[in-house]
Amino acid sequence: MNDEKKTATPSKKSTEKTEKALYTVTSSPHIKAQDTSRSIMIDVLIALAPAMIWAVYVFGFRSLTITLISVLSCVGFEFLYQKLLHKPITILDFSACVTGVLIGFNLPSTAPLWLPIAGSFFAIVIVKQLFGGIGKNIVNPTLAARVFLFSWTTHMTTFAKPFEKLSASAFTVKLSEDVIATATPMVYLNQGALPQQSLLEMFLGIRPGVIGEVSVLLLLAGGVYLLIRKVITWHIPVAYILTVGLVSIFTAPAGNAIDYSLAQMMGGGLILGAVFMATDYTTSPVNNTARLIFGVGCGLLTVFIRIFGGYSEGVSFSILIMNLLVYYLDRFTKPIAFGKRKSNKGAEVKENGKS
Amino acid sequence: MRVKVKELFSQLKSGLLDQNPTFVQLLGLCPTLATTTSVPNAIGMGLAATFVLTCSNGLISLLRKFIPKEVRIAGYIVIISGFVSMVQMIIKAYFPELDKSLGVFIPLIVVNCIILARAEAYASKNPVLPSLIDGVGMGLGFTVALVIIASVREVLGAGTFGGIKITPAGYEPIQMLIMPYGAFITLGFLIAAVNFIRKNSENIKKSKADSEKEASNENSVLKQESEEMEINDTDSSGIVIVNPNKDSNASDSEESVSDKKDADKSETVSEIKDDGDDKEGETDV
Repeated sequence: MNDEKKTATPSKKSTEKTEKALYTVTSSPHIKAQDTSRSIMIDVLIALAPAMIWAVYVFGFRSLTITLISVLSCVGFEFLYQKLLHKPITILDFSACVTGVLIGFNLPSTAPLWLPIAGSFFAIVIVKQLFGGIGKNIVNPTLAARVFLFSWTTHMTTFAKPFEKLSASAFTVKLSEDVIATATPMVYLNQGALPQQSLLEMFLGIRPGVIGEVSVLLLLAGGVYLLIRKVITWHIPVAYILTVGLVSIFTAPAGNAIDYSLAQMMGGGLILGAVFMATDYTTSPVNNTARLIFGVGCGLLTVFIRIFGGYSEGVSFSILIMNLLVYYLDRFTKPIAFGKRKSNKGAEVKENGKS
Repeated sequence: MRVKVKELFSQLKSGLLDQNPTFVQLLGLCPTLATTTSVPNAIGMGLAATFVLTCSNGLISLLRKFIPKEVRIAGYIVIISGFVSMVQMIIKAYFPELDKSLGVFIPLIVVNCIILARAEAYASKNPVLPSLIDGVGMGLGFTVALVIIASVREVLGAGTFGGIKITPAGYEPIQMLIMPYGAFITLGFLIAAVNFIRKNSENIKKSKADSEKEASNENSVLKQESEEMEINDTDSSGIVIVNPNKDSNASDSEESVSDKKDADKSETVSEIKDDGDDKEGETDV
């Protein structure tokens, strides 16, 4: 949407000048798809909808309140920033909405209601807009906001049991009175034990966790929808999830390695991260080889952080780290242009530089 | 070798503002990022560095004709480390808590690039008094910068100022600001703010200088030249745009070109030129 507007204004001027010209001469690309940032973002929102509905079913309406506050504050901050700095306003491309929903999905349902606002501010103003807005941020805004929100560690790691009744509108939830805090499956896995929840429960999403991560089934359904709509390709999610599964089998403590591996895949935020956040256009590689490497890298880092790290979940950190390597991945996997010889890389780069 | 008081004062000011070692020259970032978790730490670090910087600048300036050029860096380091040892002993004896919280960063003042940079760029080429003033200015600039960063980080990140709780009871501190990456983010924002302020003040100065120039353009060519020379001599904060070596025709054409360009661009160009001129002027003193 933003790009469209930018390109639209100069072309308008030029058409005004040469109004009576018979031919329009433009630069490539000449073949255009119907997709816009807006249509893609709406597809992502549709794919996230089932998980939202499930979250309301499991955690109650407080999860919806948190997500809505997060969406509204994301859109609000984007609007305010662009209005104050006299920039073109891009809230209608829905990218801020997607960021908002994902920030909400990354919070536990017990979070105080100011937490999503703080996260949205960090994601939109500091990570996205200060780097130039949509398409120019170097890391995923949602995940950066999640890491930022770990400033308030207790709020980010207090999880309610499924089906526990939480006030939908109370500003804060008091731990001892209202909620009996429980451990997510990841905490058990971190200690080398199998989680209390069965594999089926984890697959369906009846377990404690952040709002959006619990239902593996519905998140995968959303992923399939995105694949069918060709919004994402399979490379990153498949490489990511399989790497985590395979490495988990080999690093499993004594006992049932397959169960452990499946629990590693379904017990944390892996599916949400792999399908919806590692595949963010701006912060993932553009060609498929690089995407596979990106996914494998995310997977390895995730398992290592989960096993050796101080915190039991590693998806957000690993995606952020790999985000920073995207430029190099794209550079080293650059396909050789038609007609160029497959010589050593230095020469190739030089040739390109000259042309 | 007589030095004017006004020049000394402007030099002190340049250390604090125009050439601030932290916000403008981005020197000595390691202690800046590491010791600004609390205001007392920042003050301690800043004053220790100021003391070392002033003393080493003075001594190096005294010895500037004695130290052979080939081994000057080694000589500077010996002088600096002597003063650092003194500071370290004083802090250990009288402020044991500060010593504990600053830890390795006090001995690391030896390799603080602000001190070495001032020794190399200024003290080794200038008389004693300006070098001392330069040390005080740069040191205070460093201290002020550290205190500003530390205030932001401590108040927002821990809810205290100098160890005293000042935020309301409901406020939950942003722990991220106390962590290393919080230091980078805070520093980035403060540099942006300082750049913004400097740019604004330079815009004002520039418009003043422009109006002066316009007035002078009405006078005869000779007068104009002499006036510009004057401006170049007296004003050391770097506003003058016209090079005195060029004749008036050249200056006119330059003016018309700069009018066509964006105000910002021409300003940055002139800024760079002036800085160069400035330094040369200073070394001649």
